[in-house]
Amino acid sequence: MVSRPHGGRLVDRTVSPKRRERLLEEARELPRIDVNESIAADAANIAHGVYSPLEGFMVQEDYINVLDQMRLSSDLPWTIPIILDVDPEDIVGVKDGDDIALYYRDEPLAIMRIEEIYGWDKKEYAMKVFKTADPNHPGVAKTYKRKELLIGGSIDLLRDPPEPFENIRLWPKETRVLFGTRGWKRIAAFQTRNVPHMGHEYVQKAALTFTDGLFINPLVGWKKPGDYRDEVIVKAYKALIEHYYPKEVVVLSVLRMEMRYAGPREAVHHAIVRKNFGATHFIVGRDHAGVGNYYGPYEAWEIFREFPDLGITPLFVREAFYCKKCGQMVNEKICPHPEEFRIRISGTKLRKMIMSGQKPPEYMMRLEVARVILEHPKPFIEEDEA
Amino acid sequence: MDNHSEGEKRKTRYTTVSIPVTLYERIRKLIEGTGFTSVSQFVTYVLREVVAEMEEEKLKSEAVSEEEKKAIIERLKRLGYI
Repeated sequence: MVSRPHGGRLVDRTVSPKRRERLLEEARELPRIDVNESIAADAANIAHGVYSPLEGFMVQEDYINVLDQMRLSSDLPWTIPIILDVDPEDIVGVKDGDDIALYYRDEPLAIMRIEEIYGWDKKEYAMKVFKTADPNHPGVAKTYKRKELLIGGSIDLLRDPPEPFENIRLWPKETRVLFGTRGWKRIAAFQTRNVPHMGHEYVQKAALTFTDGLFINPLVGWKKPGDYRDEVIVKAYKALIEHYYPKEVVVLSVLRMEMRYAGPREAVHHAIVRKNFGATHFIVGRDHAGVGNYYGPYEAWEIFREFPDLGITPLFVREAFYCKKCGQMVNEKICPHPEEFRIRISGTKLRKMIMSGQKPPEYMMRLEVARVILEHPKPFIEEDEA
Repeated sequence: MDNHSEGEKRKTRYTTVSIPVTLYERIRKLIEGTGFTSVSQFVTYVLREVVAEMEEEKLKSEAVSEEEKKAIIERLKRLGYI
């Protein structure tokens, strides 16, 4: 059977069409706060149960608990604060207990009941979440640019933010019904912010071998410059699945949620989120959600030891490489040959090849996937876009 | 009010289920020195836990109304997932 939602109940903070009409009118009379794409995505994720058991943006008690203990005040595992930052001038005259309207792209998005307005120490946040205060870390740099105050409280979502990938965006309620309809009991979830190479395919198919279904759930939304564009990732996965996967055992659906590059903490966050989608297993790769050399290659595996009560089983899959002697993708555990026979698939190496218009060799990347990337005029996010 | 005297109290009814002998032996050894006085008592305890969890899960899955489930299935069909 699919996983129980984190905390036991799938949160639903969306409003019925009838109530929506009334709340939309109310929203126009309320103090207004404009939010960016990442916050809008978080609001939708809260409302649709992706972040169950959260019913809103975190109040201070939860925020501090998550920073210090990696748990909510209810003791449930939770590793990344879900916060809404504002400037003092955004909330002039607003106090605890007031309702405000969150706007996205000039339209009312949600109504929020403010439970608490509080300050935060961005450096402390950076040190605890990212394990570094280095502004060269993309997550830290983004944190330093955030606003000065945090507001916590429950939300009611009035509408979903516009989603360019609407046709492949499923919410937890939907994936749970889908997995049930397909009769899946053991579901392996795969998180990604990348186009698939042969190493990814190997890992996914290894997990699929002993589960009923594979849930590929790429993140779309804010990513650092140099990462692949969302549409490239989506098209690349569609091409891979079309040509190389049995369709009845795979579900591809996007999740709009910003990448934090918080390594181990983010790996646990990614697992909790997939638990809410109904996954029973979560694939944790080498340097999961890492960036640069900020985290050890297997730190993201070690952190899971602290959460025996997570409610989703991490699958620690070793780094895959091509062995010339074995003639296939393998990993350290199953390949006896020395390093000279091994070709490691590096994302950086692949990027360089693609940037120079070179087609990666087929043992690194499927031809159909490479074609999608090479045909895109700008497959990578550029410096001024992030 | 209890209408039964001590001797007449309705006894708990039991039935028999089968488990492999090898499993029975493993459990028998496992519960030595614990508070469990018999394999049956242990199995009943464990099953109650498992059943409670499954029942809770069933309730959760039923939390989606039939109407809502139908609408979700329609959307999934439209998108080609089913």
